[in-house]
Amino acid sequence: MADAKTDKYRRVAYYPGCALEGTGHAYNRSTRQLGKALGLDLVEVPNWNCCGAMEAKNIDPKVQTYLSARILAITAQRMNMDVVMAPCNGCYHNLKKAEYDLGNDTDSAAVVERLARKAGDPSYRAGQVETIHALEWIKGAIGEQELRRRVRGGLKGLKVANYYGCMYTRPRHIFPEKDRGPGSESTAKPHFMDDLLAAAGAQNVEFPLKTACCGGAHTLSDSDISTRLVLNILQAAEAAGAEVIATECPTCHSGLEMHQVRAEKKFGKSTRVKIIYFTQLLGLALGLSPRQVGMAENVSDSAELLAAKGVT
Amino acid sequence: MRTLTQIEQCLAALLAHGPRAADAAALLALAEEVIEHWVRARGEDPTGERREGFRLLALHRQGARDEPSFNACRESCRELVYHYNLLVLQPDDAAADVWAGMMARLANHLCLFVAGKLQERGLGEFCCASRPLRTTADSAGADFSR
Repeated sequence: MADAKTDKYRRVAYYPGCALEGTGHAYNRSTRQLGKALGLDLVEVPNWNCCGAMEAKNIDPKVQTYLSARILAITAQRMNMDVVMAPCNGCYHNLKKAEYDLGNDTDSAAVVERLARKAGDPSYRAGQVETIHALEWIKGAIGEQELRRRVRGGLKGLKVANYYGCMYTRPRHIFPEKDRGPGSESTAKPHFMDDLLAAAGAQNVEFPLKTACCGGAHTLSDSDISTRLVLNILQAAEAAGAEVIATECPTCHSGLEMHQVRAEKKFGKSTRVKIIYFTQLLGLALGLSPRQVGMAENVSDSAELLAAKGVT
Repeated sequence: MRTLTQIEQCLAALLAHGPRAADAAALLALAEEVIEHWVRARGEDPTGERREGFRLLALHRQGARDEPSFNACRESCRELVYHYNLLVLQPDDAAADVWAGMMARLANHLCLFVAGKLQERGLGEFCCASRPLRTTADSAGADFSR
């Protein structure tokens, strides 16, 4: 089974999504560089569109289903591929949700079919494409054992709190492959990022807020709530002994970074924990330079810490 | 019942002096009160039942009924219970103060999350898991998919 995944995930369609072209650019850069360093092929989905994110969903959920299904349709019909990798939790979640809707709701399937015909897009039937997250991609295509073998330098016991955010595991029913026992991801206590970073030499700390809400949805309507939620996460990570919070979602990542700054300005509460994408950490562990993985694009400046730990 | 602001102040005071194993029961009670606010705001009486031995888990279940977005704090509740168990079973462990600190952080997160949801209940729809995948409301509003 593991071998089948290793082969299947070696060359996948890549759906970066809008965030990775903007605030999450360092995640895009480090994901591509990590794939390259590990000999994995990412083939970008041509002419991709927004997954529908939060905005379309609130106006009409079926429009969001169509927008996400269009990515799956292009992957299946135009690229002739059967796996699409989305590093953004929001995109990953929406593609999975579209897959679920199309397989379980005839109304959604009819609307998607009609809109696809109208737009001249290929149509999509549930089950043609498997959507995976960047964590599942590295875990499936490389795995901890091989990663351990390829690490050069490693993370030198860097103390890491792994933060997965809310959309990677919720709602459970759109992730039928999770909670399947040993080897599968857990929705209650996700561990893929912990596993990969430990293999790269990090020391994971016990962090009970790994799937807690970062307040992303409140950012514009009530920034103070978001700031206080993020501050609590940052302080909990520090209390757990973490030097770094590893992230795997561009929205969580920028939320943690921005509200770390805002917490200091608005509430006078400063925290020192650094926020780094897991792909950046893995890239550094493999010997890529900070520039290659876009460290300078992070708001949270971790240069001093990483140098002191001997990681860079 | 204390207001959410009062609960937040209690938690802030606990966090300021460093929570100890002896605070476990008080932290659990504060977390229960937080969820009671949510349940009452939905026009229901908070349950007195227990689930897996804990009223907090029964309250969370009650609060999440017909409101899937409330599951965003499910793990926080379960972690609270886990840390409570650690503290009650091993109060003298070297890590007890750390566990108590984490329990206070978890209760604080629960309080902030619920307070945010109560202020901006409509915002639940922005959350990924906020609505049932198929609801009658889906077809009641404007249909942009025609």
